[in-house]
Amino acid sequence: MRATVSALIRKDLRLELRAFESVPAMLMFSVSTFVLFHFGLDRSSLAGDLAAGVLWVTLLLAAVLGMNRLFLAEREQGGFDGFLMAPVDRTALFVAKAIVLFCFLVAVELVAVPAFVILLLEPDPGQALPELLAVLLLADAGIAVVGTLIGALGVQTRARDLIVPLIALPLLVPVVIAASEASAPLFAAGGADAFPARWLVVLALYDAVFGLLAYAVFDFLLEE
Amino acid sequence: MATTATGDSFPAVALEGVGRAYGERVALREVSFTLPAGATVAVFGANGAGKTTLLRILAGLLRPHAGRAAVLGAELPREAHRARGRIGLVGHEPMLYRDLTVRENLRFHARLHGVDERRPEALCEQVGLAARADDPVRTLSRGMTQRAAICRAVLHAPELLLLDEPLANLDPGGAVAVAPLIGRAAGPARVLISHDAEQGLAEADWVLGLRGGRQAIWAPAASVRLADVRGLYA
Repeated sequence: MRATVSALIRKDLRLELRAFESVPAMLMFSVSTFVLFHFGLDRSSLAGDLAAGVLWVTLLLAAVLGMNRLFLAEREQGGFDGFLMAPVDRTALFVAKAIVLFCFLVAVELVAVPAFVILLLEPDPGQALPELLAVLLLADAGIAVVGTLIGALGVQTRARDLIVPLIALPLLVPVVIAASEASAPLFAAGGADAFPARWLVVLALYDAVFGLLAYAVFDFLLEE
Repeated sequence: MATTATGDSFPAVALEGVGRAYGERVALREVSFTLPAGATVAVFGANGAGKTTLLRILAGLLRPHAGRAAVLGAELPREAHRARGRIGLVGHEPMLYRDLTVRENLRFHARLHGVDERRPEALCEQVGLAARADDPVRTLSRGMTQRAAICRAVLHAPELLLLDEPLANLDPGGAVAVAPLIGRAAGPARVLISHDAEQGLAEADWVLGLRGGRQAIWAPAASVRLADVRGLYA
């Protein structure tokens, strides 16, 4: 299975590097939304709960763009058929796509989070960077797992652009809550408060539960 | 008949009363035939007769809604996993990623099938694609894309070839170049969809004629007249 996952990841990353379709769109959306919040809220800087909420809602909506396109090449260019006819474990496709979406999210955040800090954040989050990285990575894992599952479901339908956000966003509410609760103290005005590690546990549990669930049902999603 | 490792023999394809519907519309009904290993069946029928549906059922990409289907000794869909990797499909779509080069596409499929990565190079050379192997598929002509699609389909030396008008878009030189890979001499059993009655009959051991999703002809190719085939399109 490792060789199949590796082949699928390399293929997807190569396609993204050639076509530049998902990551630039997600990045542009994130930065544009931060700019909109900057002017729309009519505040030069944010802190605490509000800053965390703005960051996570923006990143989640940007992720939906990536989910929508995750399986598009498979559907439009016959990749599904080629994969389904190969003697490989079908869950390899789930694992590979989740890793690819995770990589896309990390790539977007490498630019979007500094942009958020510059455009909107009042306190300097530098001291709380390790904690913030932990929240980002755990939340990204949850978004990648659920996003891959819903992306596979959505691409089978004609209303893909509608189905993916309608199903994914409610399922990802726990991620937004946990990630916002975990990162709000890191963005507190006047310096980072005590880090609520229990929200990291909630994120890790969410990732594990949905990871196992998605792994179990993904094969059925590929059936016609 | 082919033989399994345990000594059992099986036909390449065995269908018994196979049917398939898309919602209310019945695309295929009561199709029954047995294709011996290594034999070729030419499938004829007008547009919408159910040819592509039949091919996708045999490829394990569609479930039959009625009847029993077995491919290479594997009951579909229950044992479809046993047939995966033993079937090659040349369909309407090339099943190649447009933004990847020919070589990258073939290497990707070689990895999925556990095939030596030198095999794509040899195939490209054989079908006259070596000079374009590093070009993205989207830049190729239809004929060149079809050559690449044929390389993809035979990459893993399948025991059953499902060919939906495989020579479409190929110039005479291209048809000659791919003949050793998908022609009668290639070896595997073949299900060949063609609208060229003469060529189809010449290539086939058996003929399946479909009309409105129903089996109108199943007979040895030698006993089928051109007029019988042309009658399917009337």
